[in-house]
Amino acid sequence: MALTVNTSSEQKTLTQAPLLKIWVPWMGCNLNRRRGSAVPQFCNSPTMIVMVGLPARGKTYISKKLTHYLNWIGVPTKMFNVGQYRREAVKIYKNFEFFKPDNEDAMRIRKACAAAALKDVAAYFAKEHGQVAVFDATNTTRERRAVILSVAKEKGYKVFFVESICDDPEIIAENIKQVKFGSPDYVDRDIDEAMEDFVQRIECYKASYMSIDDERDRRLSYIKIFDVGSRYVVNRVQDHIQSRIVYYLMNIHVTPRSIYLSRHGESELNLLGRIGGDSGLSPRGQKYANTLATFIKSQTIKDLKVWTSHMKRTVQTAEALGVQYEQWKALNEIDAGVCEELTYEEIQENFPDEFALRDQDKYRYRYPKGESYEDLVHRLEPVIMELERQENVLVICHQAIMRCLLAYFLDKPADELPYLRCPLHTVLKLTPIAYGCKVESFFLNIEAVNTHRERPLNVNINRNPEEALLTVPDHI
Amino acid sequence: MLDNGELVLDTSPRELTQNPLRKIWLPCRNGHIAQRRVCMTNCPTLIVTVGLPARGKTYISKKLTRYLNWIGVPTKEFNVGQYRRECLKIYKSFEFFRPDNEEGLKIRRQCALAALNDVRQYLSVEGGQVAVFDATNTTRERRGTIVKFAEQNDFKVFFVESVCEDPDVIAQNIVQVKLGSPDYIHCNTEEAIEDFMKRIKCYESSYQPLDEALDRDLSYITIMDVGRRYLVNRVLDHIQSRIVYYLMNIHITPRSIYLCRHAGSQVMTDKKQMQFARSLMKFIQEQNIKDLKVWTSQMKRTIQTAECLGVPYEQWKPLNEIDAGVCEEMMYEEIQEHYPLEFALRDQDKYRYRYPKGESYEDLVQRLEPVIMELERQENVLVICHQAVMRCLLAYFLDKSADELPYLKCPLHTVLKLTPMAYGCKVESVCLSVDAVNTHRDRPELVDMKPAVGGGEERRAAPPARTRRWSRSGHGLVSTRFDA
Repeated sequence: MALTVNTSSEQKTLTQAPLLKIWVPWMGCNLNRRRGSAVPQFCNSPTMIVMVGLPARGKTYISKKLTHYLNWIGVPTKMFNVGQYRREAVKIYKNFEFFKPDNEDAMRIRKACAAAALKDVAAYFAKEHGQVAVFDATNTTRERRAVILSVAKEKGYKVFFVESICDDPEIIAENIKQVKFGSPDYVDRDIDEAMEDFVQRIECYKASYMSIDDERDRRLSYIKIFDVGSRYVVNRVQDHIQSRIVYYLMNIHVTPRSIYLSRHGESELNLLGRIGGDSGLSPRGQKYANTLATFIKSQTIKDLKVWTSHMKRTVQTAEALGVQYEQWKALNEIDAGVCEELTYEEIQENFPDEFALRDQDKYRYRYPKGESYEDLVHRLEPVIMELERQENVLVICHQAIMRCLLAYFLDKPADELPYLRCPLHTVLKLTPIAYGCKVESFFLNIEAVNTHRERPLNVNINRNPEEALLTVPDHI
Repeated sequence: MLDNGELVLDTSPRELTQNPLRKIWLPCRNGHIAQRRVCMTNCPTLIVTVGLPARGKTYISKKLTRYLNWIGVPTKEFNVGQYRRECLKIYKSFEFFRPDNEEGLKIRRQCALAALNDVRQYLSVEGGQVAVFDATNTTRERRGTIVKFAEQNDFKVFFVESVCEDPDVIAQNIVQVKLGSPDYIHCNTEEAIEDFMKRIKCYESSYQPLDEALDRDLSYITIMDVGRRYLVNRVLDHIQSRIVYYLMNIHITPRSIYLCRHAGSQVMTDKKQMQFARSLMKFIQEQNIKDLKVWTSQMKRTIQTAECLGVPYEQWKPLNEIDAGVCEEMMYEEIQEHYPLEFALRDQDKYRYRYPKGESYEDLVQRLEPVIMELERQENVLVICHQAVMRCLLAYFLDKSADELPYLKCPLHTVLKLTPMAYGCKVESVCLSVDAVNTHRDRPELVDMKPAVGGGEERRAAPPARTRRWSRSGHGLVSTRFDA
């Protein structure tokens, strides 16, 4: 590798990008415009993840979950569901006969849809700077997979196949109930009709289904998932992103469960309108902790795990529950660096530029000597991974943390994340359902201060203090 | 009703006190502080290797053990071959391993049982969490015995099978680790290879690989052809999931990892920094490294160093120096003056000690785990980082314990070249000679807690000397001087 010396005698002075707090050789350099400031970029060529499997094997479930996860950790990812393209082309779904292997007209339409989706994938990579595309379709024949591979080869994309194999009739029936009945294809049918039609649809694919072959396809990169994760075969993982994808897929499950998110009870510093710090609970906060204990008992949750951060206020809240809990440093509140324990008014007074920068891009903004929401997401990745593995969990954490976790489960984008509402003394119960997450909000009726600051209208550095402080919530 | 753990019937909440060393809030009642053992596994786990000789089982066992210990999971490996060597004293030939050698079979079975006994001791009595049982375990019968043993003792079992038929890989394996084995000390190379090949043959006929159908209720990973392909079955819990992820990221392609610190502190002039960077670059060029990746932290000084190299580099926030909290930017003497208690606590247990509003070495290790995982995936990498960070990384590669870690010598302007070899890591230390401040503080002799009257003159450890110091010891291998 050619190493070049800086022949110029003056040393390039590094400057720190004011928002991200990253040192760059000069302000215009492209390091400044990079995404994901906490970890290096690991994607060189774009990657196509190609789903494989009969209908009702969880392909779309996996595609959506994987897409959410990759976007959350900062890898621009988009899902392309060929079924959607078909619905657009055909408008009205009559019945399973469309999918019969000898239906030539339909075959032509289906091929065209796949081709259209592939074209959009190319546009996503070339024009929208996407890094990963999830190609969600049955892709059950070697022929179809060969087409995809040749397109990818021509364009220089990496391909990683994800095949889901399952023959357990109960799982398949459950799948059909959860997601197919609500599909636009069956909007006007009753349940038995829909079930019967869908079963026939699956039969149409079975005859021509060729699973990825361990011998003939040994040069391909893929993971085969058997029976919803009881067994996996992984072949030729090429790079970092594929390794992360495999790890993620091996940790998710479909066992019904709920995740409860709550902040600590109101703290002493909350009352004073001060951010950060490590204070204890206020009397109202203590009351919340006790009420939380009652609430949790009333939910009669099987084998509940309780997690807190290392900070006093979450630990105190958990103590009131009277059960075992685990402390995670990764759940600590965002580090506000030099702004720790200040009020917003004090921040405006002492660091008006910083305050404005934060309002300009709250997700990427890093406090001086502190963290950004973007940093938080990377810090929380092991927590998310473990939440995926676990079943019923109660996480007692902090405002910024809860926003990050919520954004992951509800697939909120980076600009919405820092403004998600996570008020004190409110428990959010998240229950995975179909392709998403049901949210139930329980305010436990103990008054608390509001700590939510909306984005003010004027985010200019030259704004005057009143404009900056317009949206600060009340405090002592 | 909450199903898990103890349900404390007392309605008054327990008081919280902050452990002064680790800065962790723990409940206490009547002065008793609850002992909390943060544990990743509920019941202990027994990892069992499976495979013909020369398939990398011991390599995997040792690496896995090193990794698990580094992330804080007490792990120990039990190599049945060692027990056999102890029992037999002298290895004559492959005939010992013949399937019809009744005497041999008896001894081998005894050794396996002795090792299992020690496993039980380690996991049930000594507080270990993971034991790695390193042996061929090639028959279903032997594996059945182990599974029964684990059931009796409430251990979880996870099998790690290594399958490989590539003759080049096997030959390489034999050359790297078998020729140097105590078994072949008195043989020449040809004799050793011939005997070992016959040894492998002894196992082949009775080898029953883990079977998709017959063994479908077991938890295991089968690694094929050194990582080209994996079969993973029934991963039961967090620790098994981490183990699988780790095993899927390691490789044996020859490569080197270069570790160094940034080019010096604020006291150093730009000119001196450039000098170091130039020496570093010259050194790198002469090493002739293929496809070198360069990583820095997000702190100015490592980036400045990388900038001088004039090559592309990646910035990693996890490589940032340990956060000293309220003690940031203080000199040791100032910390001693303003926070004598903290200063003493740190010397008591430097690994677990957390600065107020800062981090501990223990926190650093957790923060660095993704870096280690990526280093395992990569090939040639130069990491420009900081003292505490470099100590953590070094401790991982050289299998240093938590007590040793915070005292590993990582002086400025010295590049450590780590090259994985056999079961460990070769270290070459290269000093790029520039006047450097030694920032290393040896563990002081006295660490009693009482704040000393008069500023603790007697107890103050030697202040950092401003002399050119040579880094020897600790990692204990070759040191070369490199003059720019």
